[in-house]
Amino acid sequence: MRKLQIFRNFVLSILLVFSSYALPQEPVRIAFMDPLTGAFASIGNSGLKQLQFAADYIYNSKGGILGGRMIEIVPLDNKQSPTESQLQFRRAVSEGIQYIFQGNGSAVANALNDAINRHNRRNPGQEVMQINYSAVDPILTEENCSFWHFRWDAHANMKLNILTDYIAANEDIDSVYIIGQDYSFGQVVSDTSIELLRQKRPDIEIAGSEFHPIGQVKDFTPYVTKIVASGADAVITGNYGADMVSLARSIIDNGLDIPIYTFYAAYDGITATLGADGKNRIRLIHNETSNPIPTEERKEFMRAFKAKNPNNDVTQPRITNALMMIVRAMEEAQSTDPYDVGLALEDMRFTTIGGDEVWMRGEDHQVFQSLHISVHTDEGVEFDADNSGFGLYTEYSVPLEETIVPVNECRMRRPRR
Amino acid sequence: MLEVFIFATLNGLVTGLLLFMLASGLTLIFSMMGVLNFAHASFYMLGAYFAYSISLYFGFWTGLIFAPIIVGVLGALVERYGLRRVHQHGHVAELVFTFGLAFLIEEAVQFFWGADTKNYQSPDLLDFPLFTLFGQEFPAYRGFMIGISITIFIGLYYVLTKSRIGIIIQAALTHPHTVSNLGHNVPLIFMGVFGVGTALAGVAGVMAGPVLTTFPGMAVVLGSIVFVIVVIGGLGSLAGAFIASILIGLLQSYAIASDLGMSDLLNLLGIEFSRDHPLTDLWTLTLPQVAPILPFLLLVLVLIFRPTGLMGKREQ
Repeated sequence: MRKLQIFRNFVLSILLVFSSYALPQEPVRIAFMDPLTGAFASIGNSGLKQLQFAADYIYNSKGGILGGRMIEIVPLDNKQSPTESQLQFRRAVSEGIQYIFQGNGSAVANALNDAINRHNRRNPGQEVMQINYSAVDPILTEENCSFWHFRWDAHANMKLNILTDYIAANEDIDSVYIIGQDYSFGQVVSDTSIELLRQKRPDIEIAGSEFHPIGQVKDFTPYVTKIVASGADAVITGNYGADMVSLARSIIDNGLDIPIYTFYAAYDGITATLGADGKNRIRLIHNETSNPIPTEERKEFMRAFKAKNPNNDVTQPRITNALMMIVRAMEEAQSTDPYDVGLALEDMRFTTIGGDEVWMRGEDHQVFQSLHISVHTDEGVEFDADNSGFGLYTEYSVPLEETIVPVNECRMRRPRR
Repeated sequence: MLEVFIFATLNGLVTGLLLFMLASGLTLIFSMMGVLNFAHASFYMLGAYFAYSISLYFGFWTGLIFAPIIVGVLGALVERYGLRRVHQHGHVAELVFTFGLAFLIEEAVQFFWGADTKNYQSPDLLDFPLFTLFGQEFPAYRGFMIGISITIFIGLYYVLTKSRIGIIIQAALTHPHTVSNLGHNVPLIFMGVFGVGTALAGVAGVMAGPVLTTFPGMAVVLGSIVFVIVVIGGLGSLAGAFIASILIGLLQSYAIASDLGMSDLLNLLGIEFSRDHPLTDLWTLTLPQVAPILPFLLLVLVLIFRPTGLMGKREQ
């Protein structure tokens, strides 16, 4: 009997010791939900590597966050499908994950936004936060804005505002052709470009505006034939992934020598495929300067990433920005509850490792930071893309203040606590 | 308008002939073995990736010759050690087998080559415009694609109808037991046909890789359309596959090139809808927008009005 008691006490004490150790060591789990298979797998996997690396390099290798907790990244493959995203979201919830990174596809982001809002309404205390690092349909911070959604990329209208300024300043351009994927984002790009160009340069003719099904087009040559026939001087497109490469390749192969203004025409094989043919013809609008890289800290980060992932590049510094700001908010709130973290994120001002100032607006959870237009070239490119010798060189920059757009149609329902 | 028409025709031909190279192998395999090979487009992808890897060391032309051979051998091995064993369990098992194989190949490609787009370029030798018409260039490489495809079609047709081997294959199609009784090795013929069929898909991959970009999703993008072609052309008919390929290539190309839309149709009928009509998306649809679903529409129509396909001879 006595023996049994001693044994019981022993077991209990061991359990106690372990539980007291286990508690602070429990990792902070963050899901990364993007296409990891299928037509857009390359962008998804590249983003996953960047998030994983940022978490390991900045935090886990230095003892973690919140006094010793590691960050665990949980990859979830949504196959770029809204339906699959709902399933993966349920899985994340059942595993107790409260933070979800997602970026590719505004249709997916919208579906996830709905699912998260519904879940959070019904399960107070177990809320989930959507960390949108790349879906740029304005509606996510306008009509459909939500307390649980934060966006770390400039939305399409902000980017187009700068891009059309740039195009309008170019006297050689008299007509533009707009081509895009046939869904919410592609349509926003088309509508907004037309509207803004009409205001800024009424003399520019819209030679055509075309939509094609997303991820379905085998060969863009028929579209290019139309662009040539229209006599356009420039092309604007929001295409990404395989749709972007194929479009650019067709334009180049068919000898169409006009500038192409894009959102995403670099990295993940795109830069290598364009190579010398695309030099000085393809431009991108993005945040965080590309070459020359402004700070030694970011250079070091990029070199370390390259050493670990020789076939990938740091394509989206905003993934790192988002992670760092969330961790800062967690540290400030001393909590991993998305509600506390959300409040701490609102109106946070943060300086990135690239030395860029970032502001997360509290009213609609839209991030603001300087925007840049870069060109595809091999000159002055210290950090190339796809190990091709080619990369992006920043030609034109707009400071944070000038990128700010007014809060539009966002009536955020704040959770009561 | 004329320039758009001419280039749309040329583009349609290029796409159509490329599709034919895939469809010919698929339809051949089906007519021989009754197997709908779901993994066919995956062999096309393998062709592109093998050629890419070979071209890194030995250049494009070596890739053009050896990549299809490797793919063909792989295909023959799949038939010999996979399909033939599964065959005894019936058609469903075969379908599921090839279906699974397609996923397996896609995963394998991502495993070995990674998920990003590969920088697979057309050879420098063909890096010039074949001709320039109305200010638009027609790349020599596309002309080369047309040439190769037509050569293959003629060669295949000749072998199948005129040569001794073709006659045995044709006989094995309809009377496998008789052919086998006559002393021919029918399983070997099947293996050969499967190998040649996949090698053809490999050729298509080698040639399409530089133009349509080489990435792990390239099989999925083309996979469904190839089945549509085989069904429209008539299962097992080579001539049917040829006609259907060209038809679909041109159909899509013309649809994209046109500027017609629902609004034109409505104008013709004198009907008008306001911008904020709930179905406004439907009234503003344009032909280029729906171009990619036209083949499937054609498939449905063909199945309704001519279930055997355009050239199909299959009796009920």
